Amino acid sequence: MQVHSIHFKSRARAAIADAGLQRGLAKVDGFAARRAVVVREFGDFETLRAEGAAVRDRSLANLDAWLERFEAEAARRGAAVLYAETGDEVAQLVIDICARHALKKAIKSKSMLSEEAQLNAALAAACVQPVETDLGEYVCQLAEEPPSHIIAPIIHKTKEDVAALFERKHARPRLAEAEALTREAREVLREHFLSADCGISGGNFLIAETGSVALVTNEGNGRMVTTMPRVHIAITGIEKVVPTLEDLCTLMRLLPRSATGQTISNYVSVLTGPRGAADLDGPEHMYVILVDNGRTGLVGSDMQEMLRCIRCGACMNHCPVYQTIGGHAYGWVYPGPMGAVLTPMLTGLENAIDLPQASTFCGACAEVCPVKIALPDLLRKLRERQVERALRPGYEMIALRAWAWLAQRPKLYAAASAFGVRALRAIGNAEGMIGAIPFGSGWTRGRYLPAPKSGRTFRALYARRKKPLGGARG
Amino acid sequence: MRVGLFVTCLVDLMRPGIGFAALELLEHAGCEVVVPATQTCCGQPGYNSGERDSAHALALKVLEEFERCDYVVAPSGSCAGMIRTHYPDLFRGEPVLLARIERLCAKTYELSDFLARVARIETVPGTYAGTVTYHDSCSGLRELGVKSQPRELLAKVPGLVLKEMRANETCCGFGGTFAVKMGDISSRMADDKCANIDASGADAVVLGDLGCMLNIEGRLRKRGNTRTRVLHVAEVLAGKVEA
Ligand code: SF4
Repeated sequence: MQVHSIHFKSRARAAIADAGLQRGLAKVDGFAARRAVVVREFGDFETLRAEGAAVRDRSLANLDAWLERFEAEAARRGAAVLYAETGDEVAQLVIDICARHALKKAIKSKSMLSEEAQLNAALAAACVQPVETDLGEYVCQLAEEPPSHIIAPIIHKTKEDVAALFERKHARPRLAEAEALTREAREVLREHFLSADCGISGGNFLIAETGSVALVTNEGNGRMVTTMPRVHIAITGIEKVVPTLEDLCTLMRLLPRSATGQTISNYVSVLTGPRGAADLDGPEHMYVILVDNGRTGLVGSDMQEMLRCIRCGACMNHCPVYQTIGGHAYGWVYPGPMGAVLTPMLTGLENAIDLPQASTFCGACAEVCPVKIALPDLLRKLRERQVERALRPGYEMIALRAWAWLAQRPKLYAAASAFGVRALRAIGNAEGMIGAIPFGSGWTRGRYLPAPKSGRTFRALYARRKKPLGGARG
Repeated sequence: MRVGLFVTCLVDLMRPGIGFAALELLEHAGCEVVVPATQTCCGQPGYNSGERDSAHALALKVLEEFERCDYVVAPSGSCAGMIRTHYPDLFRGEPVLLARIERLCAKTYELSDFLARVARIETVPGTYAGTVTYHDSCSGLRELGVKSQPRELLAKVPGLVLKEMRANETCCGFGGTFAVKMGDISSRMADDKCANIDASGADAVVLGDLGCMLNIEGRLRKRGNTRTRVLHVAEVLAGKVEA
């Protein structure tokens, strides 16, 4: 996917003005509410989160060793493991595989890596027809839009949007109900399931000790994609490896609860190698493409903990900024707090200068993240890098440094603030509200600035008091 | 006990009455209150904008001004949270200073937290005739665990009725410099907060952080709501609600 993050502010403004999008976004609350219920029912979720973080840390501490183990075990079971350094390399590897096996149609289940690699466009250019089979992704493909949420790709769309889209693209009479729309999509997709010769999936986890790819889905399309076509290609990030099946169990107790508020997803597949002699079904060939695309840059750095991420989406479901603007404003594959960290890290800080700023540091994300990623702290570190690399506007830096300079000089500060308070009070209206201040249009476009209540600072008023109220005056 | 009042820069500039209300409450709790005259800002604007150096300098200043107090109390979860949960990060690799900073952190409290958990006051000076709703400001709530403390204290105010609003723990959109840098998103978040305040039907929204107060009040008035008062918890508890 092209990186559009540089346009964050204007895209956010458009999103706020988009009434349909705003209606769609209201659904995010539902995920958060359901999560709260299952977390309460679970009991000691905090300990589980700590275990989840520990599992991921254990994997990341010896990432190369676990990947080697995964590769060896997968190979022993007949799957080929390939590495891609960039998104382009992913696309090339997939195209090569398609050419080798003369594959013409690829059915796909959800894969964010495929978005990173812009795989659909590359496949189409190579005369392989890509068909998304996750309902949300299918709608995105028809609408020629990227997903706006990592687990609910069309959270930005209403039922009416989908009905209108299907009517146009399927050339069938318009339907009203979600169930009927889903049935229609299934009918259309069935043809593709039956005729596809290639299946492309993501991979939620890689299990090193067995060489397996674990897939977590709700619609069952993942099962079809990975078993029906002759060739299955799983594409996932190198950080997704975990040592053991037991580790997978720990993470599986966290993932559905955090993502959709389910105790378990409808389908959990653990795919180990292609069809064996005794198997009734399964692909003839299985490939696993492990993608770097910038991830090794985080390994061993002070940002490494971001690689713990299990892509549950809880951080965006609980983020008031995401809830206000939706996913597309973030401008790349990953939205919300995790995207605000990942996009600058994977695509370059200079390409996403506003994303580290797209947070009030309210902390709601860190509170729910199943693997305890301190997202606000990571965003702050990115802000520090922006300052180091002079990637913030000059006036902003001047203002901050002037404030800090003044705050270190109490006498000057007292004089300046005494003046400032009087000036601010003078420009307030009869109700004590200020409508505009220099350099403050960001604030005053949408609200007033309440003026100082008194024409004097606390410090001045306190110093004037005859009798100090108990104790020394500093 | 000798309590240092960290007034906070916003209270100093915008609402000195809150500083005096805090002072009164601490004295009501039997504390000897000192107000170091040279205090300015805790350094949070710089820290959260990636300017570690200036935050470090201001943290040192706070340390020197307050480390001789038994406690440090601020009428702000945001500033108390800055000191308590973020100062140590600024002094990694400076073991001697870090030890001093950690002692400062351990004795730093948000006002309602201090009054309810440390001073354990039985009564409050204020009375209030009407209904209020309480907005949980983010730093106090998530960095310091300030949730039940202000409610316990408000329950001691004769005449006051608390009506909770929907989504009282959701950020109001202030976020320090965020409110200016991302003004459109910030205003929209404030708008959602105001709608919930309006829907609660309370006469006043009470909270513990001046940044959120200015944000919420500014947006309420812009929406044309001139009725709902925006009050700091210290003003209500001290009975110093200005007419
Ligand atoms: S950062 Fe945490 S909460 Fe967000 S998607 Fe990743 S695992 Fe889930």
